[in-house]
Amino acid sequence: MTIEALRDIPVPQAIAAYPLRWRGRIYAIIGLAIVLFVVILVTSVVGSTDIPFFTIVSVMLSKIPFLTIDQTWSNSIEIIIFDIRLPRILLAALVGAALSVAGTTYQGLFRNPLADPYLIGVAQGAGLGAIIGFMLPSVLQITGVPILAFIGAVMAVAVVYMVARVGRSLPMTTLILAGVALGAFLQSISSYLMLASGDRLHGIISWLLGTLSLTTWDQVTTVTPYIIIGIVIIYLYARPLNVMQLDEEQAQQLGINVEKVKLILLAAATLITAAAVSFCGIIGFVGLIIPHAVRLIWGPDHRFLLPLAAISGAIFLILADTAARTIMAPTEIPVGAITAFFGAPFFLYLLRQKKRAIF
Amino acid sequence: MNNVRLCDITLGYDAKPVLSEVSFEAPAGRMAGIIGPNGCGKSTLIKGLTRILPLQSGRVFLDGHELAKLKRDDVSRLVAVVPQNPIIPDLFTAFEVVLMGRTPHLGLFKYEGARDLAIVYDAMEVTRTIGFADRRVAELSGGEKQRLILARALAQEPKILLLDEPTAHLDIKYQIEMLELVHRLCIDKMLTVIIALHDLNLAVQYCDQLVMFHNGRVHSCGTPSDVITAKAIEEVYGAQVYVYPNPVNNLPFTVVIAEKDREKLFERAN
Repeated sequence: MTIEALRDIPVPQAIAAYPLRWRGRIYAIIGLAIVLFVVILVTSVVGSTDIPFFTIVSVMLSKIPFLTIDQTWSNSIEIIIFDIRLPRILLAALVGAALSVAGTTYQGLFRNPLADPYLIGVAQGAGLGAIIGFMLPSVLQITGVPILAFIGAVMAVAVVYMVARVGRSLPMTTLILAGVALGAFLQSISSYLMLASGDRLHGIISWLLGTLSLTTWDQVTTVTPYIIIGIVIIYLYARPLNVMQLDEEQAQQLGINVEKVKLILLAAATLITAAAVSFCGIIGFVGLIIPHAVRLIWGPDHRFLLPLAAISGAIFLILADTAARTIMAPTEIPVGAITAFFGAPFFLYLLRQKKRAIF
Repeated sequence: MNNVRLCDITLGYDAKPVLSEVSFEAPAGRMAGIIGPNGCGKSTLIKGLTRILPLQSGRVFLDGHELAKLKRDDVSRLVAVVPQNPIIPDLFTAFEVVLMGRTPHLGLFKYEGARDLAIVYDAMEVTRTIGFADRRVAELSGGEKQRLILARALAQEPKILLLDEPTAHLDIKYQIEMLELVHRLCIDKMLTVIIALHDLNLAVQYCDQLVMFHNGRVHSCGTPSDVITAKAIEEVYGAQVYVYPNPVNNLPFTVVIAEKDREKLFERAN
């Protein structure tokens, strides 16, 4: 069923172009997915050890079952690619996708261009949890920090949600204010703990700025289900989210169960943000700017906005993290500093280019 | 059966009812005007009829179905609303906004098909919004936006159309344009139209039936000539006006005369 079925009536441009615009956006998704794949390959070449591109491709192909490729490389190269670079790149992709999708969702839910995944207390909750984790004896830190960060993030949002809820409804302004207030409270506890943390301060600060160093396969496999499930749930509600860009009353009049959609989207966006920050810390800017950039280029329809934001976020964070580990190698720059340093000028450029309503 | 019937409904927030014991009936193919002073419950009534605000007591029948027993999607397939100050994000195109009217007809996973596009096309053609289907909402004027919302309401394929002061922010040309459009749709599509209006003279010209609210109750209900009298308007609005039959169709015309000129009025009368 396409527009051709309507050929006998004069179809104006917009309606005739609708399926085409649709197709264009699908091509954009496929194109970006290919770019993502290329970026993963190319960035796995970049690093302190020089490994030729061909070797990397061979090593990767050799892992595909039923494909026999003679090993012409040393085992250490395989370890560098498989146990150091690849998990880190994949985690960057997952976290970038999660933060962009969560940011898009929050901006849509709150109908506010300033919203980002950390708006209602996730960052401060995770921060406090992580700092408590860093206070643990060193042996327990590796597992303790992410678990406590995750719990802190989810609990902060749960408290904010319960405070802001009025009867059966959830006024979004109250939710933001409650989030900001609880965030400030948790932040003050964190500040005190940081002052008292002594020689652990360095680790805490680099976590708070966001870092992807020392990524292991365990981390990748732990966060993957949360992030994938969360993104799929959010995507199922893409059209209701579009309708909710009108005000809540109009959405209800168009048959949307507004309170249910809000709850599901908040829960899913919080889940993927919490999963993302638990291992990598508070990587800023991705969740704020990628959704805006994608909206500027491809328009406000969440059915396309969400997948395009996910892939763009993944590409952006892989590139930012590659810069973070190579610019001052062997010293690592926190990736959170890189995202803003390179992302902000690009975004300002986009704003200048479009010069029209951006939200 | 294509009509709206309210039986003794009470509506409000928490314990305080905004509307009490409201009963009236609006037939299909006719326009029913809701009039009354600010805060008399016109918008509350519209929220009640779309179940955004649950009824505290009484029953509402839409096209013969009891409102309380309808499913959420069924209500939005039956009733479309043109709200007073709708928020529409600037980035959407006019076409995308009207397409949202198809929401109650599509499930969670379905995309719009050719039939939906055809319905949207029709709705945009009758409201004369098709000419700017490609433009973004940010570029539209107040009158164009209002017609766009009407197009979206039509895309819902409703049997009942509720309008909450659709002419509030428009100048006189667009007020007439909007009401002419609604009037024609009402007859052509046999819609039941319930329209809240601020301007008494506009209400009289376009509505077949008027319901005047006062302090959350129905003050009077009937043809414009029955409802609009100087006495009723003084009771309900607390304002002194003069009501004359207008020379074209003899419908009551409400005139406001400034205090300084009232003596002249009596001189003339004598």
